[in-house]
Amino acid sequence: MSGDIIFEMKGITKVFPGIKALDGVSFSARAGEVHALVGENGAGKSTLMKVLSGVYQAEEGDIFLRGQKVRFQHPLESLAQGVSVIYQEFSLLPDRTVAQNIFLGREPTRSWGLLDTEKMRRETQDVLALFGDRHRFGPETLVSDLDVAQQQMVEIAKALSLNAQVIVMDEPTAALNDTECDLLFQLVDDLRGQGRSIVYITHRMREIRRLADRVTVIKDGKVAAAFDHVPETGRIVEAMVGRDIGHFYPEPATPEEIGDAVLTVRGGGNDRLFDIDLELRAGQITGFAGVQGAGRTALALALFGAEPFETGTVTVDGKSVSLTSPRSAAKAGIAMLPGDRKAEGLMLMQSVRDNGMISARAFSGTLGAPDKTPITTLDQMDALFDAFDLRAANYEVEIQSLSGGNQQKAIVARWLSLAPKVLIFVEPTRGIDVNTKAGIYAQMRKLAQQGAAVMAISSDLPEVLGISDRVLVMSDGNIVAEFGHGASETEVMHAATEAHLELEAS
Amino acid sequence: MMARLKQINPVFLVLALLFVAIAILSPYFLQPAGYMNFLKRAAPIAILAVGQLYVINSGGFDLSAGALVTLTVIGSSILLDGDASATWWVILAMLGVGVIVGAVNALVVSWLKVPSIIATLGMMITLSGIALTWSGGAPRGYLPENFRFFGRYLIKDLPLIKILPVAVIVMVVVCVAMWWLMHRTNYGKRLIAMGDNPKAALLAGVPLTETRIVAFVMSSVSAVLAGILLGGFAGVSTDVGVGLELQAITAAVIGGAQLLGGRGTVGATIAGALVLQAMFTLLNILGFPKPIRDVVQGLILISAVVIAGYRRRRSGG
Amino acid sequence: MNIPRPKNLAALAPFLLLLAAIAVYVSVAIATGQTQYLTAENLLGLLGRSIALGITAIGQTFAILIASIDLSVANLISVSAVLASSIMSGDPSMMLPAIAAVLAVGVVVGLINGLVITQFEVNPLIATLGMALILQGLLSATFNNFAGEVPEEFQVFAYGQVGGISISLIFLIALTVAAWVFLRFTRAGSNIYSVGGNPDASKLAGMRTTRVVIMAHVICSVCATIAGLYLASRLRSGAPWIGRDGVYDLESIAVVVIGGTALSGGRGGVWGTLMGVMIFSLIDSIFNIAGVDAFAKQILRGVIIVAAVAVYAVRSRRIEA
Repeated sequence: MSGDIIFEMKGITKVFPGIKALDGVSFSARAGEVHALVGENGAGKSTLMKVLSGVYQAEEGDIFLRGQKVRFQHPLESLAQGVSVIYQEFSLLPDRTVAQNIFLGREPTRSWGLLDTEKMRRETQDVLALFGDRHRFGPETLVSDLDVAQQQMVEIAKALSLNAQVIVMDEPTAALNDTECDLLFQLVDDLRGQGRSIVYITHRMREIRRLADRVTVIKDGKVAAAFDHVPETGRIVEAMVGRDIGHFYPEPATPEEIGDAVLTVRGGGNDRLFDIDLELRAGQITGFAGVQGAGRTALALALFGAEPFETGTVTVDGKSVSLTSPRSAAKAGIAMLPGDRKAEGLMLMQSVRDNGMISARAFSGTLGAPDKTPITTLDQMDALFDAFDLRAANYEVEIQSLSGGNQQKAIVARWLSLAPKVLIFVEPTRGIDVNTKAGIYAQMRKLAQQGAAVMAISSDLPEVLGISDRVLVMSDGNIVAEFGHGASETEVMHAATEAHLELEAS
Repeated sequence: MMARLKQINPVFLVLALLFVAIAILSPYFLQPAGYMNFLKRAAPIAILAVGQLYVINSGGFDLSAGALVTLTVIGSSILLDGDASATWWVILAMLGVGVIVGAVNALVVSWLKVPSIIATLGMMITLSGIALTWSGGAPRGYLPENFRFFGRYLIKDLPLIKILPVAVIVMVVVCVAMWWLMHRTNYGKRLIAMGDNPKAALLAGVPLTETRIVAFVMSSVSAVLAGILLGGFAGVSTDVGVGLELQAITAAVIGGAQLLGGRGTVGATIAGALVLQAMFTLLNILGFPKPIRDVVQGLILISAVVIAGYRRRRSGG
Repeated sequence: MNIPRPKNLAALAPFLLLLAAIAVYVSVAIATGQTQYLTAENLLGLLGRSIALGITAIGQTFAILIASIDLSVANLISVSAVLASSIMSGDPSMMLPAIAAVLAVGVVVGLINGLVITQFEVNPLIATLGMALILQGLLSATFNNFAGEVPEEFQVFAYGQVGGISISLIFLIALTVAAWVFLRFTRAGSNIYSVGGNPDASKLAGMRTTRVVIMAHVICSVCATIAGLYLASRLRSGAPWIGRDGVYDLESIAVVVIGGTALSGGRGGVWGTLMGVMIFSLIDSIFNIAGVDAFAKQILRGVIIVAAVAVYAVRSRRIEA
């Protein structure tokens, strides 16, 4: 069913300062197949593909393209040889048209350096025709007028216009809803039918089952397992995690540990949320599941006052509070650990201590040192860092020199200086290596045991299920289902997409 | 030892070298009258630079400071017109103007989301417009002796240092206060956090608008203080403040302050202001025409940013 | 198969602002009974009073489109005017050498700006501010008053007319058309939008982005020197303060932004800039008709610039958290 081997990577080793990102990885793809590349965040999937495309150069190992040994120094060289990588973050220009984006950097010209816009338009039309009539946009449409799925089609069209034989897709469904996913799957089928080889990076079992011909699992920079077929889900997960899942997540809360409702929302709503009724209890970790755009992040932002509720009431410890800004939410005892640590959490140029102390300083008097918060001195902050086993040369180094996990610990410490009653974790383990993850989970459990109500939002469904005492499922700005600890991935996913589909149908 | 040496901000070494060069070329600067006069000349720019540092550390620029210096001098001379008894309330009024100008700059940036460079350029045009309208285009009135006391008066017959200009005392007091606020209070840490990453600072609970208001007010008030000193020793003219905002930014940059926020110390900024003043003095001693100062300042400004960027990249930061 | 593009209100904003300015102008003229200002000739003449700003702003548009900025244009205008009139010294045969020399200065200044920004990674604000200081110093060290004079033949640039329309106005419009054609229909122009919109993607696509940045700065500086030539022609001689007095650095940035070009780069164009220039001329004329004092006018200008930029800033940036 599959054809010849198009490319083959043998014994690839890539070292970054401090870590061996890839260690003797071999990987290949045949014509007319979809090869799923699977692994946890930070396992080395993207790095491997960047070595393939020439963004990175490997220290050891060889790459063969159609039997020829190649060594790409720049992505342009791999593009010219028919290897296209579509990254999660699109490299599109929003204010330019589809045609201009497809021909970025290689615009056809006539004499005098004048653009051959007619040729651009025509060739774009030809490439888009490969999509049948599913794209619903033309060469002259501005990219900023397209939705995410359509933007992805532009990226694919870009690869096709370069006549790419190898197309790498890095978690292409991350930002797509179900209908859009189906469309993408059809496109991938088409591409396979045309004899191209697709490397499909994902960690979603559903997509592997639907699309893949072969599966390779990468863990900690090594090939953990390679299958010539699609094995049962359990075997893939086992290879990904490499340990018994039972010990990976801490024990759920016992009934005695769960206390009274700390935070209550009645009829909360804004332009992305509708009629939210919610109770978060002390000692309990409440997880939120749902597809992209279901409103989980919007709910976190509303509770933290960053994009406030416009209707409804919120009470904390029985007292009505008004959450109109992050500052007012923090004063009410609510803390949020943002999902994008670098953009929303860290002051990169400041020391670990200054990053930890900033909230204590923000909520004390303007002049002088912190005095009004539960934690006020550097010694107390240092003790907190020590308790979290935060690893740094010393606490005066700039926080940008720390690993993601240690940075996360500093931000948790920052919030603990205010002794919050509600802690909202958004994507708590994004970009954190597997070994540190268990530490973060243990920490979340410990905070709950100390009496905080913990809310966990993650796009990683197994993580939500593993860490939470109860799981709330959101869809289209509503909370649509509730599960206890131990719910299966299938039933939660079903609830998350079912409601969605019903709405689509109506 | 070498590693320790590399930690030292190069601005202090440059300053030391310049002092040596000046002392060799003109021994006058080794006498109290010489170096005290140098410090007196440097006082306004040092105060302005430290004020500017507040805005730079917050992630912005204040280009209206020079025009505010002019407005202070022109406005004071017109309001006073030689009437010594009015000096104190005029100084208070001018400080009030400084607070208002700073607050307006900050609110335009915070509420209207105008980039600070445009907001303060607009303020610069507006303030010089006010100064010109008020004075009718030429200096009017004059400053009484007790107003000029701060800029001009020398305390004489002191042991050891012999003379001490009041301007130097003002500089020391103001700079120490601004150092304390920047490096020893919650406010200073909030300010630098905001300049480093405003979104993260907001989510950590830092009140951005208030923090920004104080930063711009510090810059404007320091401009008024600089204006009072300059009015004292340079007298009334309509171009007294021209270009001072750029000198202040240059001084902060020489001191290693990071443009667009997050890194910069008061001590190094004062050293940067002294380097600038020493450079001007040196050019003067060497007999270069005055406009060459601008050329040199432009070159220092660019090279300071280049060197800072190079050091940062090399240290992997 | 095209689905219709949603109407882009942002692109219409400069046009709406221009209409509003015209409406105010007309109402003020009528209200003060000065209807003689309402002829078509007068309205066209409005743009004629802003030729130097227009030429400079066309150049500034290129700098801003690549997400850079140029604060050295005002001093470069002075350098250009003084240099041109001193080289010409009233001698018509020196016109061409003078123009060539001045344009060469523009190319060199633009090259230096572009190189400092791309090779040393200096913030464009600082790089061009430094350049402004250097030019200012060189200028004041060499000249302190009107220098030289331009021959009558050269004054045609500012005062000449063809078919009742001034040559300088025709030049400004021709320059705008040329810039538009360049940006819209050539590969080099397309690169400017790409680099301004997403430098990383452009680099990844194999574009030599530093060359594009340098080119935009050269175009910007050359336009400033042309504005200097125009001012020398109009004033019949160059003076070292004409650039600064005209506040061409700030005003050129302001009209570009009012014309809908984003300070973040990659979006906008020269026709918007031309509308921005017209809006500014109209505001000036409104003050004149209404009899606002010259200095008060300056105050209002500062306020209007900030307000205009605020309109765009508030529109384009939602409070993010």
